[in-house]
Amino acid sequence: MTAVEALVPRMREICGPVHVITDPLELRTYECDGLTSHRSVPALAVLPGTAAEVASVVAACAAAGVPFVARGSGTGLSGGALPREDGVLIVMSRMRSIVEIDPVSRRAIVEPGATNLSVSKAAAPFGLFYAPDPSSQVVCSVGGNVAENSGGAHCLKHGFTVHHVTGLQIVTPSGELTWLGDGTGVCSGYDLPGAFTGSEGTLGIVTRIVVKLMPLPEVVHLLLVAYSSTAEGGRAVSDIIGAGILPAAIEMMDALSIEAAEEAVHCNYPAGAGAVLLVELDGPAAEVEAEMATVRSLCEAAGATEIRTADDPAERAAIWAGRKAAFAAVGRISPAYIVQDGVVPRTSLGAVLAQIASLSASSGIRVANVFHAGDGNLHPLVLYDDAVPGQAEAAEEVSGAILDACLEQGGSITGEHGVGVDKSRYMPKMFGADDLDTMQLVRCAFDPASLCNPGKVFPTPRLCGEVPGHRRAPHPAVADQASGQAEIF
Amino acid sequence: MDTERSVVPAIRDALVAACPVVRQASPDADGIAGLVPVFVAFPASTEEASALMRVAAEHHLTVVPRGAGTGLGWGNPPSACDLVIDLQAMDQVIEHAAGDLVARVQAGATMRHLASVLASAGQQIAVDAPADATVGGVVATGTAGPRRFRYGAPRDLLIGITVVRADGVVAHSGGKVVKNVAGYDLGKLFAGSQGTLGLITEVTVRLHPLPAAVAWVTGDLSARAGAAAAVTAAAGSALVPSAVELLWTDPQAVPRVGVLLEGTPSGVAERARRMSDLLESAGAKPAPADVSWETVPEAGAPHTVARVTFWARQLGEVLDALAAAGESAGVRPAVSGPAGTGLLYACLDEGTDPDDAARFVRALRDRLSGVFSADGSGLSRGSMAVLAAPAAVRAASGAGRPVPGLHLMQAVKDQFDPGHRMCPGRFPWER
Repeated sequence: MTAVEALVPRMREICGPVHVITDPLELRTYECDGLTSHRSVPALAVLPGTAAEVASVVAACAAAGVPFVARGSGTGLSGGALPREDGVLIVMSRMRSIVEIDPVSRRAIVEPGATNLSVSKAAAPFGLFYAPDPSSQVVCSVGGNVAENSGGAHCLKHGFTVHHVTGLQIVTPSGELTWLGDGTGVCSGYDLPGAFTGSEGTLGIVTRIVVKLMPLPEVVHLLLVAYSSTAEGGRAVSDIIGAGILPAAIEMMDALSIEAAEEAVHCNYPAGAGAVLLVELDGPAAEVEAEMATVRSLCEAAGATEIRTADDPAERAAIWAGRKAAFAAVGRISPAYIVQDGVVPRTSLGAVLAQIASLSASSGIRVANVFHAGDGNLHPLVLYDDAVPGQAEAAEEVSGAILDACLEQGGSITGEHGVGVDKSRYMPKMFGADDLDTMQLVRCAFDPASLCNPGKVFPTPRLCGEVPGHRRAPHPAVADQASGQAEIF
Repeated sequence: MDTERSVVPAIRDALVAACPVVRQASPDADGIAGLVPVFVAFPASTEEASALMRVAAEHHLTVVPRGAGTGLGWGNPPSACDLVIDLQAMDQVIEHAAGDLVARVQAGATMRHLASVLASAGQQIAVDAPADATVGGVVATGTAGPRRFRYGAPRDLLIGITVVRADGVVAHSGGKVVKNVAGYDLGKLFAGSQGTLGLITEVTVRLHPLPAAVAWVTGDLSARAGAAAAVTAAAGSALVPSAVELLWTDPQAVPRVGVLLEGTPSGVAERARRMSDLLESAGAKPAPADVSWETVPEAGAPHTVARVTFWARQLGEVLDALAAAGESAGVRPAVSGPAGTGLLYACLDEGTDPDDAARFVRALRDRLSGVFSADGSGLSRGSMAVLAAPAAVRAASGAGRPVPGLHLMQAVKDQFDPGHRMCPGRFPWER
């Protein structure tokens, strides 16, 4: 009997028999997340219903030395939730309630399996919303957002998940339930909610999340601007930012991705455009009207061939549909594709797009470009036909070369999809050995046994040696040494 | 302080070999709450700082990083300091990528210098901190004033960091792009760590455009009871304030609410008019806007500063607790801070009798423990910390309530600084 098989009776006791999955066919449901190129069937999947159950599940794994991986909605694009064949997959989908909306404090408390959009829906009656909005927000979970520090189109102005998380209840890799932060947003001592957010499930499992809510903007205006090329669109972006305007979102799509979106959702973008720019402004009416006029004239000056505006929610949703569908839409024009996620300084967008075009031309691999232009976050979609021998490899090569191009410009190998299993091999191109070693000190503090989502993020694990014996007499201000709790300051 | 060590020539020679500018510390210029270090070193580069830290590790020296020293008074005074590493020679703005709204800055650059470089391109780092403070010090102490409401604390603007570990190893995380999730974000840990994890030598920060117009809208409440409603109304409005401050200089005085608006000239004028109406309908009478809204209370002065953080819903109860604690201790705390973000400082001036000040701290802690009692999930929605206090007040104030995640903080400290040589004793929970 394997170590995991031996855990089954205990898991059934903790979660209830129906929430423990051992059937190989059912387990295949969980063999991958949104990154389908990596697959691995977990030895066991459990669906705990409470934080206490998660803690018990993790404690049992820790005691048996069995690795475990948490999974939210499985929409991640870097294989962060890729299961272990020798481990337990902990599926958070039963823990999806919105525990509390506190409109006066502008806070929500949610369970990790709650979808991103469900938070904003629950907050809307109070005139509030949850700002981070990854394109998968209809299905992706807040717990997954915390693990990946998810962004979205509107993070240009409103920030990423880490800017909106003020408290996390977690189960530590040894199975202990604890809070990090108290929901206020000010930490006494180290900023553990900040360090935990974006750690890709390697520091523990989130069981409850406190997020900030923001007042719904008074007005929202969306401009759709067509250009004959991405270079002209890029100029408009630089000019808008240069004018001191910070739109809620600035997105760009190139001709190929427009074509795909058109086929998929009939978004009715201007026919024949070489690039489409979406610029959304939100805020008090008195500010947005003035900004809108400036943005419009800058867009025209950059050579716009057409400008449309959308002020009501239905019109805006119709325009956003094309952008939000873009990833899936390229499936219409290509049998297979790789979704890349790289970042360059905004001012290097033109240079890197030119490099991508020449990579595409020399390899014969088509690349559709969809990007968060405002913050330099590119999502090149590398298209290939897996039925043609060698194409998958060629596409993989182009995809990797795009990351190299981003790094040459001083950028990053991932802006929001995470490192996961997909990009750990690129980490040494961005960080030195000492950098990676230092990051893993954090890992060693949280998960010295390296059982929590092992094998992700870092190319080589660090052995967490014993901390040299250092003991001092308890400080007089330490209230309760026995329970391990004391005051900061 | 280990006086034996001060006369060990081998250590002095090793430090000088690592960094040419090293001097003997002086009680006047280098004392930290009565503690006099042995050496002060002024590295000119990350390499020199790294070499210094290696020497310190080899000789088991305790180390306190220092910028301009404006925030050294926050927190418990260090229990030992052999070596102060002063970053003020590393004072350059290395790169200002205006088109990318990003700046790369040496830790010893002052906020004043950085602001003047950025202003030439119509940009700013959106943190209210003393102009004399260094950028590294502001990050290390997590200093942020009124505009924390809109822009957050330094951790929210930090996109890349270079640190020297306790063992001298140089490490980077983040980068120079705003959007980046590659690897763990060490900047989040180092921001607010007060020098206890290592030495910050360089930071890369996100910038914002300087607003074309700004206006403070000020309103006076007739009584304490109305303050919470006015603050939460302003903070929850769609008029996008940049700051929502409360100033309550004395329990006998009326509380004053200040709201900062930033934007275009016409937009700010219109929003200010509407904000004034909003405050008035919440019971705040328009007041002259000439109040100086302080950044943060001054650190290191011989006064007592307690920081209370809370969920905005409980502002009324927090004010009640402050008033009651003041009354029971016979002191009159001056209360101010970004109440809209759930943060207030209560200051007792230096003339306060230490016993009274300690009584106030204990009474406030007692009352707040009722306000912040944990919910069913174990979440306590607020906390109180004594940021600064004379030694006598600290000694008599007793221990406070637990903070969440304590053993994980201890584990992080043990990993980064296994010898506990970086600002030892700064946090009382060190083990």
